Amino acid sequence: MSDTRGRSETGLADRNHRQGRGSTRAGFAVLWVAIKREPGVFAISTAGSILFGALTVADAWVLGWSTDNVVLPAFRDGEVDGGLLWAILALFMGVAILRAVGIVARRVGAGVMQYRLQASTRRAVTRRYLALPMEWHQKHPTGELLSNANSDVEAAWGPIAPLPMAVGTVAMMVIAIGQMLVADLVLAVVGLLIFPAIIATNVVYQHLSQGWATRAQELRAEVSEIAHESFDGAMVVKTLGREPQETERFAAKARELREVNIRVGRIRAAFDPILAALPNVGVLIVLAVGVSRVSSGAAVAGDVVTVAYLLTIVSFPIRSIGWLLGEFPRSVVGYRRVDTVLRSTGEMPYGDQPAPTGTGGVELRVEDLGYGYEPGQRLLEGLSFVAAPGSTIALVGATASGKSTITTLLTRLVDPHRGAITIDGADLRDLAPGALAEQVAIVPQSAFLFDDTIRGNVALGADVSDEQIWAALRVAQADGFVEQLAEGLSTRLGERGTSLSGGQRQRISLARALVRRPRLLILDDATSAVDPEVEQRILAGLRSHDGGHGSTSDGSSGTTLVVVAYRKATIGLADEVLHLEGGRIADRGTHADLLRRSPSYARLVNAYEHSSEQVTR
Amino acid sequence: MTTVERPAEPDSEPPDPSEPSEPSEHTAPGGGTRNRTNDTSLATGEDLGAMATIRRGLHYSPELKDGIAGTLLLAVLASVGQVIVPIAVQQTLDRGLNGDGGPDTSFTVLMGLVAAGAIGVTTWASYAMTSRLFTTSERGLATLRIKAFRHVHDLPLLTQNTERRGALVSRVTSDVDQVSQFLVFGGLLFIISVGQILIATVVMLVYSWQLTIVVWVCFAPLFLSLRFFQRKLSEAYGIVRHQVGLMLSAISEPVVGAAVVRSYAVEARTQARIDEAVLRHQRASVRAQGYTAFSFSLGGVSAGLANAGVLIVGIWLGFAGDITSGTVLAFAFLVTLFVGPVQMGTQIVTEAQNAIAGWRRVLGILDTPADLVDPGPDGHVLPRGPIDVRFADVGFAYPSGPPVLRAVDLSIGAGRRIAIVGETGSGKSTFAKLLTRLMDPTTGAVLLDGIDVRDISETSLRSSVVLVPQEGFLFDDTISANVRYGRLAATEAEIRASADELGLDDWLAGLPHGLETRVGQRGESLSAGERQLVALLRAHLADPDLLVLDEATSAVDPQLEMRIGRALERLMSGRTSVTIAHRMSTAESADEVVVVDRGRIVQRGPHAVLVAEQGSVYAGLHHSWAAQTASS
Repeated sequence: MSDTRGRSETGLADRNHRQGRGSTRAGFAVLWVAIKREPGVFAISTAGSILFGALTVADAWVLGWSTDNVVLPAFRDGEVDGGLLWAILALFMGVAILRAVGIVARRVGAGVMQYRLQASTRRAVTRRYLALPMEWHQKHPTGELLSNANSDVEAAWGPIAPLPMAVGTVAMMVIAIGQMLVADLVLAVVGLLIFPAIIATNVVYQHLSQGWATRAQELRAEVSEIAHESFDGAMVVKTLGREPQETERFAAKARELREVNIRVGRIRAAFDPILAALPNVGVLIVLAVGVSRVSSGAAVAGDVVTVAYLLTIVSFPIRSIGWLLGEFPRSVVGYRRVDTVLRSTGEMPYGDQPAPTGTGGVELRVEDLGYGYEPGQRLLEGLSFVAAPGSTIALVGATASGKSTITTLLTRLVDPHRGAITIDGADLRDLAPGALAEQVAIVPQSAFLFDDTIRGNVALGADVSDEQIWAALRVAQADGFVEQLAEGLSTRLGERGTSLSGGQRQRISLARALVRRPRLLILDDATSAVDPEVEQRILAGLRSHDGGHGSTSDGSSGTTLVVVAYRKATIGLADEVLHLEGGRIADRGTHADLLRRSPSYARLVNAYEHSSEQVTR
Repeated sequence: MTTVERPAEPDSEPPDPSEPSEPSEHTAPGGGTRNRTNDTSLATGEDLGAMATIRRGLHYSPELKDGIAGTLLLAVLASVGQVIVPIAVQQTLDRGLNGDGGPDTSFTVLMGLVAAGAIGVTTWASYAMTSRLFTTSERGLATLRIKAFRHVHDLPLLTQNTERRGALVSRVTSDVDQVSQFLVFGGLLFIISVGQILIATVVMLVYSWQLTIVVWVCFAPLFLSLRFFQRKLSEAYGIVRHQVGLMLSAISEPVVGAAVVRSYAVEARTQARIDEAVLRHQRASVRAQGYTAFSFSLGGVSAGLANAGVLIVGIWLGFAGDITSGTVLAFAFLVTLFVGPVQMGTQIVTEAQNAIAGWRRVLGILDTPADLVDPGPDGHVLPRGPIDVRFADVGFAYPSGPPVLRAVDLSIGAGRRIAIVGETGSGKSTFAKLLTRLMDPTTGAVLLDGIDVRDISETSLRSSVVLVPQEGFLFDDTISANVRYGRLAATEAEIRASADELGLDDWLAGLPHGLETRVGQRGESLSAGERQLVALLRAHLADPDLLVLDEATSAVDPQLEMRIGRALERLMSGRTSVTIAHRMSTAESADEVVVVDRGRIVQRGPHAVLVAEQGSVYAGLHHSWAAQTASS
């Protein structure tokens, strides 16, 4: 999208040219996919459309029949058979009702087809989102993925709405052309000249409008991006009083879109009436030629009438073909974008081992781990450590030392390029889908909440009672504010939990991990947005929490804990601290040992509380 | 969203000329309701009738009325032409070609010329009309879009936060696009259709008043049912719109929450939620489509009835000698002139429901009161220099929520450095929001230099008081563009000087492109700490007299942490500053600490004094902090 920004008009025209031809063919290809996928509904709606077309012709026939057989005789004879009157009523109503059936079948059919295709594509796309690995997600901006599943899907199946009508029109045209040819070959050929004219008009139209239409589509996305960003930063905008500048930034794009839309509209404004005029012009030419042919005796008046009449009948619906073709450019772009997602591969392979069972914490073993996003890049190298069941490991290091990368490896969001991670002796890659999550829970630094209730967010579909949820909330120090919410656990949080503060979100996210009683709990700086006071209570609770259901009573240990932390209180919990530097373990030992022997470690952990110590001394 | 099929086809349906407006029309066009009870939600405009919506819409987009008379004239010309062409063709066929004495060439030529002229005029007139319509409606809608965008920023923070961002965005994007379709292909053509129906009726009356009554009687059920369908469609499209929002929200979950969904292995649950939302959207859309199709098909039935009725009644009238066969047949032709615009009008009325729903939603934004009213030019202007702050008996509560602050009295001398501490939920963050006028107090007043913040002009307030929020939001642009939010006119030299002053020069020098480094979406290419640095630089450029800091809680890179500390120190010097402190170290270095507990100020004084007060809230807070930092 961004690469086309500021492209010159010539560039647009160029692309125009290239796409213009290709997109008609590609557009038909998309339609063919749609028809193959929903043949039944397509057949029904097309049948409805053909029925409608046929009955439009029949309507004129009924009027003619009634005139000849009932109205004129009645006026001539001064009497009429009641049965004939009923016949008129029955004929007109029959045709009208059947025609109504045709309309309903066509329009509902087109709707059903379009919405079914949209729905199935959306399901398929979101399935890909869920199946594709984190690495894939990291390479694709959120906005792009959202529009793939939304507006691109809509654009792709846009031509379905006018499709049945267009197919019906084609059928009607074929019949009409046949009749014309039968009536008078010469007149028919003259009349049929409007078809190449229509096609030519359409080609010119596509050529003129395509570049601008694409640009309009891009500008829509840009306008939407600005709005999104600006509303996201609403607080900054408000507090710095920058509303006028933001409005101007948005207005500039909105005006650009306006100008492009007006251009598109003007082209459209010319196209529609010309398309409507062509059949009329055709009729006039047929009449002109017809009159001379009748005068010279080459044709009879009736045939001229027939050809002219048939032309007028097809004149209106012919526009529906224009609408169909007009949707093609957008459709092709949308379809391609969606297809790219559907064709993306790289799902994580899973094994078939069940989760290792056990009551206490898992034994976590990390051996010679190596990882980098790109080849040659070494985010982690030669990393090995063992966390005994029930022990706590703290990962400490500066930004980009590899702490968070380890957590993504431990939860198997990504697989290592070298080495292995095992829990209770099972390699994470050999576990069946879902098995790992039964044992391991992570609380990320920035909490993600679903547009669901508190209950739904904590339980996430797990079979847990409200008591268990409250217990988890208590440990996470979230019970207090949840109790104050109007509907308690049933309070809906709204999109991404925007109604809660950062600290509150983190605590809900923590409760979500705790309620599952994981055997390995990973806290990735998970209490960063919480006051130290509250954090400490959480940490205290964590210790008694796993003491409560796990350790010692049955001889097994409590939850194994891996924490990424800066605060000493958190680090102090650990049995072993791994000091990371540049993706390697620089040093390891207890917090006290490291503080004593490693100046760089001491500098690191003291920095945060630096000023505090200065003042207290 | 939902495809708008353009007025398309020769089947029919009736428009209701008199009242295409919805049941409740009680909303005065002059102003939206200022309803305090649903303070945090956006007006949906649902109580706005169709006519009222259009009136409000015209009010906000006056451009829509530009040149309307000319456009209308063109529309009339185009429609007249559309009628003339088939008549001319008909005449040529009947009299020119099928005339009693064989083909009448001169008549045919005449008619042909008339028809050709009519085609030319019609084509030109429709082009000119549509082109003008596109121009005025795009202009009007751009204005509407921009006004609505601006108004979103004027909405209370609370409303902004409780609304789904996506929903706000869709109101200024796709909802507006929807209206455009209606304005170009709907509004005016509807008026024209009604006009054509009236003209056709008059012409029919000239031929036979009895048969005219027959036609109207045959169409009466349709006209009467139109209102029903209109309501049904309006409701059906309302549901569609609602489902779209839910669906988008569900679809965003596997994208935005990709990591959580995977690590909790809740793929199936997430997919089930999406499938459910997708299915609901599909059902709602098909349902709306069903109503459209059914209401549309009724027109054809009415037309059939009318045709039969005209012939049958015509024959009876003929027996009575009131009418000739020619009149009856001519009348049958006139019926088609009546049916055409009826179809068109009906189609527009039904499809307009979708567009009007969109229009309403956009207008809904504008009708949501921006409850923090800028006193404007009458407002006071704060003198420059450190500001003196006073909270006078301030109370605050969210709408229908418990009190957050109660009877707070607090004076902060100019140039003082104050830290506000308290537990999460104590109300301390509310101080920052009241000081920066993100919200107004429920009772009492916040005074800056003795002036109620509500009486200070927005411009003056925003340039004198600056908030550095917890998370420094950055725009997807360069660092220099982001810091210029603080001072628009800042030159590069000024920015560099400012950075030097805060001790950030070497940090900037270390960035790949220095000040021109792009920060990525929401600043995500920078670390959290670096984003804070940019926010501080931005605040420094803004050069406020009162600095309000909502301290960041997340720990960042230690080196950065120190850098931030230094920069903050320099930023605060020479200004009054109020910090919502989450770290005791910040409180310790402040001139004075204000301790908030359950919405009240419970302690105030320098750190050393407060911490010595045994059993006090502050001592407790400090104790737990100390225990934490000192641990092993």
